[in-house]
Amino acid sequence: MSNSKILANGVDVYYGSKQALFGISMDIKEKEVTALIGPSGCGKSTFLRCINRMNDLIEICKVSGSIKVDNEEIISSSTDVVSLRSKIGMVFQKPNPFPKSIFDNVAYGPTIHGLVDSKNELEEIVHSSLKKAGLFNEVKDRLNEPGTSLSGGQQQRLCIARAIAVNPEIILMDEPCSALDPIATAIIEELIDELRLNYTIVIVTHSMQQAARVSQKTSFFHLGELIETGDTKKIFTNPDNSKTQDYITGRFG
Amino acid sequence: MFFWSLVLIAVGIFSSFIYGRSRIKLNSKKQGTKSKSLPNYYAQYVLMWCLFPALIVYFSWAIFQEQIIQNIVISNFEYIEGAVYNEGLLLAEIRNVANNPSFADGKSIEIINAASHYSSLRQISQISFYTSIIIIMLLGALYASQKLKPEFHAQHTIEKYIQYILIFCSSVAIFTTIGIVFSLIFESLRFFAEVSIFEFLFSTEWYPFIPIREGQTAAEGSFGAVPIFAGTFLVMVVAMCVAAPLGLLTAIYLAEYASQRVRKIVKPLLEILAGIPTIVYGFFAFVSVAPFVKAFGQSIGIDASPTSALAAGMVMGVMIIPFISSLSDDVINSVPQSLREGSFGIGANKAETIKKVILPAALPGIVGAFLLAISRAIGETMIVVVAAGTAPNLTGNPFENVTTVTVQIVVALIGDQEFDNPRTLSAFALGLVLFVITLFLNIIALQIVKRYRERYE
Repeated sequence: MSNSKILANGVDVYYGSKQALFGISMDIKEKEVTALIGPSGCGKSTFLRCINRMNDLIEICKVSGSIKVDNEEIISSSTDVVSLRSKIGMVFQKPNPFPKSIFDNVAYGPTIHGLVDSKNELEEIVHSSLKKAGLFNEVKDRLNEPGTSLSGGQQQRLCIARAIAVNPEIILMDEPCSALDPIATAIIEELIDELRLNYTIVIVTHSMQQAARVSQKTSFFHLGELIETGDTKKIFTNPDNSKTQDYITGRFG
Repeated sequence: MFFWSLVLIAVGIFSSFIYGRSRIKLNSKKQGTKSKSLPNYYAQYVLMWCLFPALIVYFSWAIFQEQIIQNIVISNFEYIEGAVYNEGLLLAEIRNVANNPSFADGKSIEIINAASHYSSLRQISQISFYTSIIIIMLLGALYASQKLKPEFHAQHTIEKYIQYILIFCSSVAIFTTIGIVFSLIFESLRFFAEVSIFEFLFSTEWYPFIPIREGQTAAEGSFGAVPIFAGTFLVMVVAMCVAAPLGLLTAIYLAEYASQRVRKIVKPLLEILAGIPTIVYGFFAFVSVAPFVKAFGQSIGIDASPTSALAAGMVMGVMIIPFISSLSDDVINSVPQSLREGSFGIGANKAETIKKVILPAALPGIVGAFLLAISRAIGETMIVVVAAGTAPNLTGNPFENVTTVTVQIVVALIGDQEFDNPRTLSAFALGLVLFVITLFLNIIALQIVKRYRERYE
């Protein structure tokens, strides 16, 4: 069995006085795809955003409990958020390329982290990231055009390339396909399958089919609680919990 | 007289409203059907027909009465052979005598006759004014009352009328603008008939004094506006040097760093700066800043004049800070949160995110804010009148005094108010230039801001 990459223990999250997550404990394995599923507002995105401390951006959000990434505590005021985030890439629900050229979008991360010493090196990283994101052949002739000129699916792969460029170990995906059409979705799903070889991936999705297709582990959230977690196959065929059963058979959510 | 006529009209609209209301109730009871609209709409219908024709009569009387009476008096005046009359003075004299009989002593008989003619005409006018108001209101109410039948859709008609009223109100502003533009253009053409447009735009000598009488020592005036444009530009540059960094950095602080609470307090406080009367800024510039600038200039060995481009520009810069900070704050805030998250998600810190993602995204809007601030700066008058000086001075040294377009307009219009010489007419030409420049700046700025908004919303 592979090793534990992210280990959450008793994570509580409050938005102001409203509690959004109740004691989430979870073990996310290395180089696997873990899908977080559940109805809207169940806290799956909130949990995802705890892993790279993205919730810091929300003033009223308070996180307690423990999350360890590679055995290092990250829910602590002494955590170096910048290096944490360079280790954990994130892809968002809506493609959000910067208002820059395709090249500069991907080059952004390596530049701010000082990962490169020369222009050639930067070019190499940008090209290889675009290749890994399966976008290079489509854009190699127009790297200087704005990232916003691409189609939705291409923009999302550009965002994946941008995340890969800083050489992370974990990639968080927050409903990466919800704004895309089925063809673009299929391409991204294939890409996720390839990326699994090198990265630990946590994906939040509304689509149970998608979870079943791309993930090895699935966790079901409901009303801020983690109801059940386990092998995707088992969750979708023979869940232990009746709520999970109800959700995946479409009785609510 | 016009006060009592207002009372008359008020009585008219009140009674027409009551009348319309009771009349439609009566009519629908008679026919035994329910009226198509609520009674109030019929009442409003009668009221409008009573009010608007009366208002038209009222205003045309107010505008034309005096003119018509004067024309009649003048055309009937018994001129004495050989005497030379100034029509304006003559009229003033006639009016004085008519309004105050004690002035009649020692006036010639023609004037006294004309004055009594004038008084009687006024009396006739007054009587016919009241009668025509009453008649027109009655006619209007009569016309409207014929329509007061239950099957008449009063509400639809009222809505149509209200639309006309709204259109009228909004066109007032538009036509006023058009009127101002045309008056600027025509008066400027009069100016350019006497002064060549090339001299005005390219010559560097501004000496707007012209001999009024033959043989006066004042030489031929010259109207080269270059020093004025240069002065305006210099003050504007100084103002922007103060306002651009302060305003932009304030906006960045407010939008990205300040907590909601600080923001809620600081933003309105800053906007109060924009509400301070500009003449108060003028005092401040003249009393506090200008002496400081002079002292500072002396301390570094530059001879500064008591009023200077630097003093005026700095205070003007403070004045336009809120324009820049408030607008820039809005555009920075409208940069989508997803871009911030994207940047933070890669591990960028706040400064990198702002410098490399947010500001580039907000740049068009910020440029728009700057352009609006510039157009505000070059149109600003009071600060420069008080603190920049009035003497044209072609210089790039901000410690010297300069003059601006707006100041020269003020100078041109003070004192001599007859618009028949190039000195006063130059105000219109300068105003036209100012108008064209600010118009273009505003159009460009609004276009930029608009295009930017479309991209993200």
